[in-house]
Amino acid sequence: MKVTRPELSWWERTYFPAILKGMKLTFSHIFRKRVTLQYPEERWTLPPGYRGQPVLLTGLDGHEKCTSCKLCQFICPPEAIRIVGGETELAKEKFPKEFDIDMGLCIFCGYCQEVCPVEAIWLKDAYELADYDRTNLIFDKEKLLAIGRKPPYLPGREKPLEEGR
Amino acid sequence: MNAYWPIVVPALIKIVVILGIVLTGVAYTTLAERKVSAWMQDRRGPNRVGPFGLLQPVADGMKFFFKEDITPREAYRPLYLLAPFLTLFPALITFAVIPFGTQISVGGQTYPLIIAPGMDVGVIFLLAVSSIGVYGILLAGWSSGNKYSLMGGLRSASQVISYELGIALAVMSVVLWTGSFDFRRIVDDQAGWGHFWFVGPQFLAFIVFTVAVFAETNRLPFDLPEGESELVAGYHTEYSGLRFAMFFMGEYANMITASAFVVLLFLGGWNLPFVNYAWFGPLWGGLLSAVVFFAKVAVLLFVFIWVRWTLPRFRYDQLMSLGWKRLFPLALLNLVLISTLLVLRGRP
Repeated sequence: MKVTRPELSWWERTYFPAILKGMKLTFSHIFRKRVTLQYPEERWTLPPGYRGQPVLLTGLDGHEKCTSCKLCQFICPPEAIRIVGGETELAKEKFPKEFDIDMGLCIFCGYCQEVCPVEAIWLKDAYELADYDRTNLIFDKEKLLAIGRKPPYLPGREKPLEEGR
Repeated sequence: MNAYWPIVVPALIKIVVILGIVLTGVAYTTLAERKVSAWMQDRRGPNRVGPFGLLQPVADGMKFFFKEDITPREAYRPLYLLAPFLTLFPALITFAVIPFGTQISVGGQTYPLIIAPGMDVGVIFLLAVSSIGVYGILLAGWSSGNKYSLMGGLRSASQVISYELGIALAVMSVVLWTGSFDFRRIVDDQAGWGHFWFVGPQFLAFIVFTVAVFAETNRLPFDLPEGESELVAGYHTEYSGLRFAMFFMGEYANMITASAFVVLLFLGGWNLPFVNYAWFGPLWGGLLSAVVFFAKVAVLLFVFIWVRWTLPRFRYDQLMSLGWKRLFPLALLNLVLISTLLVLRGRP
């Protein structure tokens, strides 16, 4: 491709016009509005569907909805989920005896939420999950249920899909 | 012994005051650099440590103190340890010959506002000493045992030969004009009716000198020895902790020296148009002149920062051709013009 270069005058070839133009631009920016978000004090408004901390949901009967089918464990790309299944007298017949998510491994992809047939796992909009100890990052079933949503579900976007259908 | 006290004590006081001003200036120039660069990029800059981030330099200094001082196995130890001093100390020594005001009269005694009064070769001294700082960079680059450092040092060496000529010739035309190497005479020549700041009559020299001084202080657009995007951190890649801080302080002290040099030679020193410091009395006139001088230096420091955050880095060969094919002939032309003018006019 042929590029036509502009014919520069003697004055332009001294670089001075370009330099002065650039310096004028940077100077004008000093007085513009700052774009910095001062994080701990100022916060983002999270978009609906933000994928943060995965949690376990409690059903209307007061038990966790999970039936220990292990689809989330199989699909989890970093293998962060560990489930030990067990039998129960409830109608769902199977339940997770243990359900751990290693938050040091979780990549917040949301596959577990998408693959779950009973909508028992859900990514809520919590972030700032750092900790000084890796062992604290392994969330067990009790913790996941405690930070998860319980009925009655609130109206609005935080309502799990089952209720909205 | 008693006869020395009237000389030694004021000199010591001046040294302490000037070093205090310069080192505080260095600390706050780093803050100004970060603030101004942030503003130019629509950011806020450091604002967490103290009001408006004003204590940031203190925090930075503390950090440097507690960082590990690493010497690479491949480094040549004696020179590696010496190099930071070679950069920082010349930068500080230059302030011995920089006059920063008229004079102060207290108790019948007159104290000129300069650490080494009566030094009539101040300009040469300043040129000579400030060039030593480059050796620090060269040696740091060579002794680190690191290819990036070595490239930075090499670049510094080639940079020196391309800008020093321009600086020297630009300074010479000012010296010819005033007929003195004494900063005080040069500044006095820019004061009063019928005299101009030398930016006017010596405009070419001013341009050449300012551009070359950017190269001497290793500031963008001529920060080739550092060249972060190509050479990691250039000559000080391997340095850490306080030794790195010395290079850092040296760079900013050099900026202050260079700004003071430009102010003295071209921007009238502490002179303001239509202001005579004798009006304000012997004490306040002197102090006011010092304030004006440092204000001018501060404005130039802002220009240094402003240019750094505007212009991209020159390429290695572009700096060479700028130094040799543009600045050198321009400075030479200016020198010839000035000499011709002086011969035609006759020595003033």
